[in-house]
Amino acid sequence: MSAEMDFELATPKDASEAVALMQANPGACYIAGGTDLVANLRRGIGAPPMLIALDGIAEMQTIAEDGTHLVIGASVTLARLMAEGLPKRFAAMSALAEVAGPGLREAATIGGNLCLDTRCIFYNQSKWWRKANGYCLKLDGDTCHVAPKGKRCHAAFSGDVAPALLVLGAEVQVVGSGGARWMPLSDLYREDGLDHLTLGAGELLVAVRIPLAAAALHSGYAKSRLRKAVDFPLAGVAVALDCKDGRIADLRVAVTGTNPRPILFDHFPDAIGQEPTGAVLDAITREIGKDITPMRTTNMPGMYRRQMAGVLVKRLITRLCAGQGAKG
Amino acid sequence: MASIIGLTINGRKQEHLIPDAMLLVDFLRDKLGLTGTKKGCDGGECGACTVLVDGKQRLGCMTLAKSVAGKTVETIESVGPHGRLSRLQTAFHEKLGTQCGFCTPGMIMAAESLLRDNPDPDEDEIRTALSGNLCRCTGYVKIIESVQAAIAAGEVGK
Repeated sequence: MSAEMDFELATPKDASEAVALMQANPGACYIAGGTDLVANLRRGIGAPPMLIALDGIAEMQTIAEDGTHLVIGASVTLARLMAEGLPKRFAAMSALAEVAGPGLREAATIGGNLCLDTRCIFYNQSKWWRKANGYCLKLDGDTCHVAPKGKRCHAAFSGDVAPALLVLGAEVQVVGSGGARWMPLSDLYREDGLDHLTLGAGELLVAVRIPLAAAALHSGYAKSRLRKAVDFPLAGVAVALDCKDGRIADLRVAVTGTNPRPILFDHFPDAIGQEPTGAVLDAITREIGKDITPMRTTNMPGMYRRQMAGVLVKRLITRLCAGQGAKG
Repeated sequence: MASIIGLTINGRKQEHLIPDAMLLVDFLRDKLGLTGTKKGCDGGECGACTVLVDGKQRLGCMTLAKSVAGKTVETIESVGPHGRLSRLQTAFHEKLGTQCGFCTPGMIMAAESLLRDNPDPDEDEIRTALSGNLCRCTGYVKIIESVQAAIAAGEVGK
């Protein structure tokens, strides 16, 4: 934590100015709340010549309804979303309260949490630590210490809000030089720890929208971690389902903290119409287990995180089908 | 790059020349000499650098000084009126909420922010509000009791 930072801080007034600044300044970086970026820069992870501040852009600070969606500006802070009662409307958004600690949630933004850099025990370290270890594939080196024989980076996406938004069917709005477009949140991510966002050069995530209909779903978020606060997830699970007469009528599960991207699972044909019995829950967990690949990127073994993801999925589905609250 | 920004610090409007890359905690401690705000982990994990920005708890080590332009910043130096201890400070003193003292300014600022929003929090709410603040002496029980004692003693910040 000793790296001296040196950059120019640009303060654009709107999103298109921010995008233009980014395109005119190669190597620049957007900064929203800065709660993850500043920690990384202080560790000598990256040294962008310019940071482009998003916290002064008024159009990215709005919360509004358009008849079918709740539209949230990307620079709205997590604390404000909590104060606005989002977890009461969409239970899975209780994930907001699981992010870091209260002081960070006052600064951290929803856009920043969605675009959070991937994390690894060999990456989120000081420069001298990483140098002594020969650096790593994600930054300055050519070997992944998690899987040295492989040629890909396994750093894990560790945002808590993304899985909640995924199961609620959220979309994100991206602005680039070609204008603005909406896309499903799952399309924002790819399975590559080095380059996990599909945003093009200079593109900026400006808003998130949640279908109002999602408020009718039973949903929740549960998180495994060493301490009850501050920690990133070892595994985080969001579930949204509909339940009719004790039987699962619709089911979406999303998992964070295990892969370079948060993964949405929305195809469980064998579980639909079933009661959440042990065998049905086992089958759901097996289905998820095919795609989640927690590696040794945290201080807990991958197998533990894999098992915890399954445990959290089962607990949440059981609780939500029983019509109880959504706390994990 | 550096530029002149205006902000209110501990009740006084001021203008300062602030480098773009300067952290709020360094600005407060090194430029203004407000060393009550501590630098603990220097990585956003311990809460020792907690100050109030527009009344809400924020971490000085994760906040760029320039980003609080036009805002109101309050540090531990401001909570005691006329050189006396605030209710929270008094309670931390009397209830032994302070051991080595390093986390105390952050704990008090986080508690101050809580009590302004919620003058009568229950124990869970106190624990949640202080969940971003680490005490390496592990005196958490006494810290919670101190906040409860301050609530019992009356209005905070007076």
